[in-house]
Amino acid sequence: MNSIKKILGYVWMLLAPAIIFFLVFQAKNKIIHATEATRANTILQWVIILIIFTPICVGFFIFGKYASENAYDHLPESSEEIED
Amino acid sequence: MNDTKQPSKIAFVIGASSVGTLIEWYDFYIFGMLATILSKQFFPADAGTSALLSTLAIFAAGFIVRPFGALVFGRLGDLIGRKHTFLLTLIIMGGSTFAIGLVPGYATIGWFAPILVLLLRLLQGLALGGEYGGAATYVAEHAPEGQRGFWTSWIQTTATLGLFLALGVIIFIRSNQGVDKFSAEWGGWRYPFWISIVLVGVSVLIRMRMSESPMFTKLKSEGKTSVNPLKESFGHKANFKMVLLALFGAVMGQGVVWYTGQFYAQSFMETVCKIDFIQSRNIMLVAILMATPCFVLFGWLSDKIGRKWIMLAGMLLAICTYRPIYKEFINITSASNRSQIIDLRLTKSGPFMPLVDAKDRHKMYLRQVKDTFYSDGSVFKYTITDTLIGFDELGVNRPINLINPTLIKYHATKPNVVVEKTMGKAASWNLIWLVFIQIVYVTMVYGPIAAFLVEMFPTKIRYTSMSLPYHIGNGVFGGLVPFLGTLIVEFTKSPAHPNGDVLAGLWYPIGVAVVCLIIGTVYLSNKIDKNVMD
Repeated sequence: MNSIKKILGYVWMLLAPAIIFFLVFQAKNKIIHATEATRANTILQWVIILIIFTPICVGFFIFGKYASENAYDHLPESSEEIED
Repeated sequence: MNDTKQPSKIAFVIGASSVGTLIEWYDFYIFGMLATILSKQFFPADAGTSALLSTLAIFAAGFIVRPFGALVFGRLGDLIGRKHTFLLTLIIMGGSTFAIGLVPGYATIGWFAPILVLLLRLLQGLALGGEYGGAATYVAEHAPEGQRGFWTSWIQTTATLGLFLALGVIIFIRSNQGVDKFSAEWGGWRYPFWISIVLVGVSVLIRMRMSESPMFTKLKSEGKTSVNPLKESFGHKANFKMVLLALFGAVMGQGVVWYTGQFYAQSFMETVCKIDFIQSRNIMLVAILMATPCFVLFGWLSDKIGRKWIMLAGMLLAICTYRPIYKEFINITSASNRSQIIDLRLTKSGPFMPLVDAKDRHKMYLRQVKDTFYSDGSVFKYTITDTLIGFDELGVNRPINLINPTLIKYHATKPNVVVEKTMGKAASWNLIWLVFIQIVYVTMVYGPIAAFLVEMFPTKIRYTSMSLPYHIGNGVFGGLVPFLGTLIVEFTKSPAHPNGDVLAGLWYPIGVAVVCLIIGTVYLSNKIDKNVMD
C-alpha cells in the first residue's frame, strides 16, 4: 500500500499543474471565442476560476509531494506526533 | 467536565450549538433563494441577465470568503476560546443579514445598493467560516467517548434544516402576500432578512448560558493554548499534511456531493426540467425532511464501524448514480417521453394577447397560453410569445385582428416558448424520491465529517485546522457546483445543439468525487481516535 501511496503522489504532482494548464487553455479559448457582448463577463468568470483554483492546485501539488516522500505511510495516532 | 457528559447537559450543548448554527445557515441561504428578486432590487432595472449574474457573483463571494473566515475566527477560537468566538460569529451573521433587509434599492441609492449588499454578503461568508468549526469542535469536545459521531451529527443536520427553514419561510411569505407584493421594493422578500434578528437574538441568549469547552478550559488553565494557531496549523509539516489530507481525501468530495444534492438538484428541476417555482421547492422540502434523520443514523453508525467507509461509500454511490438520476429527472418531466394520455377535455389554448413593448413602440408581442392536461394530473403550461416589429408605431392596445399586416416589417420565425410544469402526484413523488436518494448520499458524506475532522487535529489548534479544509471543500468546491455545472453545459452548446448536453454539468461533481474517493481510499485511516483531549 505504501508504494501505491508513493506512486499516486507523483500522479497528483503531475495532475496539479495539468489542471492549471487546462484551465488557462480553456480560459484563453473561451475568451477568444466570446462575442463582444459577452467578453467582459467571460473574462470575469475565468479570472475568478483561475484565482480560486490556482492556490488549490498548489496545495494539491504539495499534497502529492508529501505523498511521494512517504509522509502518509504512517498517520499520526496521537496529537503529540502532529505537534512534534 | 463529567457534568457535561450527563445526557441533559449534552442535550443542552447540542441544542444551543445547533440552533445558532441552523440560524447561520438560514441567513446564508435566503440570499441565494431570493437571487432573482435581489437582482431586480439592487441593480439597474434594464440590466436583465447581467444583474442576475452579478447577484449570483455576490452570492458566490459569500462562499469564497468562507475559508478566510475560517482562518480569522479559527485562530480566535484557538486563542480566546470556542464559546466567545462562535457567539461573535452569530452576532456578525445576524447583524449583516438584518442589514441586507434594510438596504434601499438601486432606484433609491444607485450603485451604493449593490456595493453595500456585497460588503454585507462578505461579512456573512466570514461569519459562517468561523461558525461551523466552532460549533462542531464545541460539541465534539463535550461528547462522551464512543458517541462523538452521534452527537456531532446533530450539528450536521443544521445545514440542511437551515435550508429547509429558509425555503419554508420564503414559500410561506410569498404564498400569503402574492408575487407582486412580495417582489416590491419594500415588499415581503425583506421579511426573511428581518426575521433573522429575532432568531439570532434568541440564539445569543441561549449561547450566553453556555460554558466554555471543557478541553479548552483545561488547556487554558495549564497554559498550553496555542500562541500562534495559524503557524502551528499550516507552518508545521506534520499538521499541514493532515490539513491537505482532510481537504483532498474527504472534504472536497463531501462538498460536491452536498451541493449537488441540495442545490444543483433544485436548480436542475427549475431550469432544465421547467418545474414550477413552488413545486420544485416543495419537492426539495419533502425530500430534505424525509432524509434528515439519516444524518444522525450515519453519525451513530460511524461510531460503530468508523467514519471513512461511510463517507467514501456515499461518494461512490453518488459517482455511479448521478447521471442515471438526472436522466430520470428528464424522463419524468419531458413532454415527449410521457406515456400518459393528454386529457383533451381540459387541454385548452387561450386567446392571442397583444402586448406593446414599454420602450420600443415599434415592437409588439403576441402571447398565447396553452395548458396541456395529462391523465396523471400533470399540467404543462406553454406561454408562446411571437414578436412583431412594425414599420410604423405598433404601440396601440387594439385587438390583434385589427392590426394592419402591411405595418409589420418582421415576424419572428421561431416564437419564444416558456414552459412551466406542474407535475401530478405520482410524478412529483418520483421526483421526491430522486432528490431523497441524493440527500441520503449527503447524509452519508456529511453526517460523520465533523467527528472525523475533530479527531484529526489536536485540541489547541483544532478550531483553525479543521475549519480551513472544511470551508475550502464546502465553500469553494461545493459552492461552485451550480456555477461550474452551468458553465460546463454552456460549453456543450452549439448551433446544431442549442440546448447542449444538459447532463454535462454533472462531470464537475463526479470528477471531484472520483479524485477524492481514490485519495480517501488509499490514504485515510478508518481508525476512530478515542482520545481527542490531547
